Amino acid sequence: MKFLDEYRDAGLAEQFARELHRVTTRPWKIMEVCGGQTHAIVKFGIDELLPKQITLIHGPGCPVCVTPLEMIDKAQEIAARPNVIFTSFGDMLRVPGSTTDLLSVKAKGGDVRIVYSPLDAVKLAEQNPAKEIVFFGVGFETTAPATAMAVYQAAQKGLKNFSMLISHVLVPPAIEALMSSPNCKVQGFLAAGHVCTVMGFEEYFPLAKKYRVSIVVTGFEPLDILQGVLMTVQQLESGRAEVENQYARAVRREGNQPAQELIKKIFRVVPRKWRGIGEIPQSGLGLNDEYAAFDAEKKFGVAESSVEESPDCMSGLVLQGQIKPHECPAFGVKCTPERPLGAPMVSGEGACAAYYRYRRQLGTVAAK
Amino acid sequence: MHQIIGKMFLEAFRNPFLETQHDAAVMELTGKKIAFTTDSYVVHPLFFPGGDIGSMAVHGTVNDLAMAGARPLHLSSAFIIEEGLPMGTLWKVVCSMRDAAKKCGVQIVTGDTKVVDRGKGDGLFINTTGVGIIEHEQKIAPQKVRAGDAILVSGDLGRHGMAIMAVREGLEFESRIESDSAPVHEVVLDLLKAGIEIRCLRDLTRGGLASALNEIAEAAGMKIAIEEKSVPIREDVHAACEMLGLDPLHVANEGRFIAFVAAKDSDRALQILRRHEVSANAALIGKVVGKSAPLVTLKSAIGVQRILDMSSGEQLPRIC
Repeated sequence: MKFLDEYRDAGLAEQFARELHRVTTRPWKIMEVCGGQTHAIVKFGIDELLPKQITLIHGPGCPVCVTPLEMIDKAQEIAARPNVIFTSFGDMLRVPGSTTDLLSVKAKGGDVRIVYSPLDAVKLAEQNPAKEIVFFGVGFETTAPATAMAVYQAAQKGLKNFSMLISHVLVPPAIEALMSSPNCKVQGFLAAGHVCTVMGFEEYFPLAKKYRVSIVVTGFEPLDILQGVLMTVQQLESGRAEVENQYARAVRREGNQPAQELIKKIFRVVPRKWRGIGEIPQSGLGLNDEYAAFDAEKKFGVAESSVEESPDCMSGLVLQGQIKPHECPAFGVKCTPERPLGAPMVSGEGACAAYYRYRRQLGTVAAK
Repeated sequence: MHQIIGKMFLEAFRNPFLETQHDAAVMELTGKKIAFTTDSYVVHPLFFPGGDIGSMAVHGTVNDLAMAGARPLHLSSAFIIEEGLPMGTLWKVVCSMRDAAKKCGVQIVTGDTKVVDRGKGDGLFINTTGVGIIEHEQKIAPQKVRAGDAILVSGDLGRHGMAIMAVREGLEFESRIESDSAPVHEVVLDLLKAGIEIRCLRDLTRGGLASALNEIAEAAGMKIAIEEKSVPIREDVHAACEMLGLDPLHVANEGRFIAFVAAKDSDRALQILRRHEVSANAALIGKVVGKSAPLVTLKSAIGVQRILDMSSGEQLPRIC
């Protein structure tokens, strides 16, 4: 298939793998930041083609997984209200809050709907003037422009029945938080290609310099990832800590500037709590004062709460790359996609879901 | 769903017919072997590219009978109509059922009609029950699956699910994807006539190829190995799935089935399948490895093996 099969060619994959075996002389630990890349790695078995010395560490780049527990609870509280149509991307619906999930709220009569774009939620607000339409705005820089556009359009149209529960997060502060942790073992990063299509990759130069890490902007197909790993290893082996772009077919150094301007117009950078990791300064997006009327938290006056994760869930360590999903004692036992303890077991980009789905009985989970 | 069936229905109604966990029950009545099955249809929207709830209700039940190797004969049809459904809509569905039944060579011989209050149904639900006659000596059931058996799929996958999703969610793809809803009994009867040693058949409906393979692996206590590259998937369907983060191997079909056949008959079976329009794109996708804890593995496009899991719940489109 066009633009897919070319990047899934077994022969070319083997060539990259051979080159990696040739250039690798020492152990290296490389983190793929994005959950989409984690899924591709586990689904296609990319890590099994790599030399034994290379360990891929799965990063925190799953927006669903890092949305704080308190925010999920707030979403459920709003979604259960009688006059509300609560809209969300599909994979938020199974994420467990402190007691239940949005699908259960829906089953009990809450009007919870899956949308494919925040703009669909704006349309719903126009079509249902007597209802309150709330959109659950989660995601990294990739989805932020669409969320921003929805707020902008709602404001232009003067919609009073539209608001957003926002939990947008930013990648570079998370990398910084990981690198400054004393437990950090990561020597190179595959930066998430989609995020960089929007933001470009200038933000990564100071990080590469400050922490002496190699960073390669990488795509999502098997050959992209293999080439990204190869470029990272080549840097590491030659002692370089640079920023390179493997995903040049989609990413420019300066990114998509109109999209960035839109983000800046609607949002400001705020501190944000990450589920499983804790608060990271300047790591999220919140609405600018000018658009505060669209803030669902304020509109519905949902109370701040502090709730605890299940003590059996080790998703925080998984998200920080300190353990692999199958090393959690609850994995596949107390925690399954049907009865998840944490978000990474149900999210389409969660590392636990990837291991459960593709590896749990193959005996290969312990290989790396 | 799979768990509800196993833990509740199978548990409560347990008997040898149900325990085969086949698409249709096979029994003997006055010296004749018959197959008996039922299915309910709740599709929304009622009309979609390539079909409608009426034709689907006929094809689905005819196909379930075909999976037991039966020649479909008679159907019943029960309608649950939501108050306010336009009579013109109902007539269109009924005409579509009439045409589908004629094409399949079956008669709708009994039925039932109920009307529910507005808001208590989704326009129209249809249940069809079917009986067919078995005119051969082969026993077709998951328990007959043997190590080494070849696994054939009757055509490209995922079209029905993506066609429904495109209309339901107002997604516009470059090309119009039409449902694959179609009867497959003629193909199956041809395979039987040619003396192909068929071990098991399963139509691929909700849950797609992945669910069907896992169900058979479980019922047969076998390990099954599939090659991703051999599974036929149309370019537009694949692209639409990629875009939404869905796996075409888990997406629903309405006119596709898998056949487990003796390895020696694999080539011949494939030739027969490809002679029929409904299965012109049939392909050999894998084989039964052997007795083991039930497991389905898939060799990925880049040549590495992984599990092909049964999907848990409906697939939900991802964020980015």
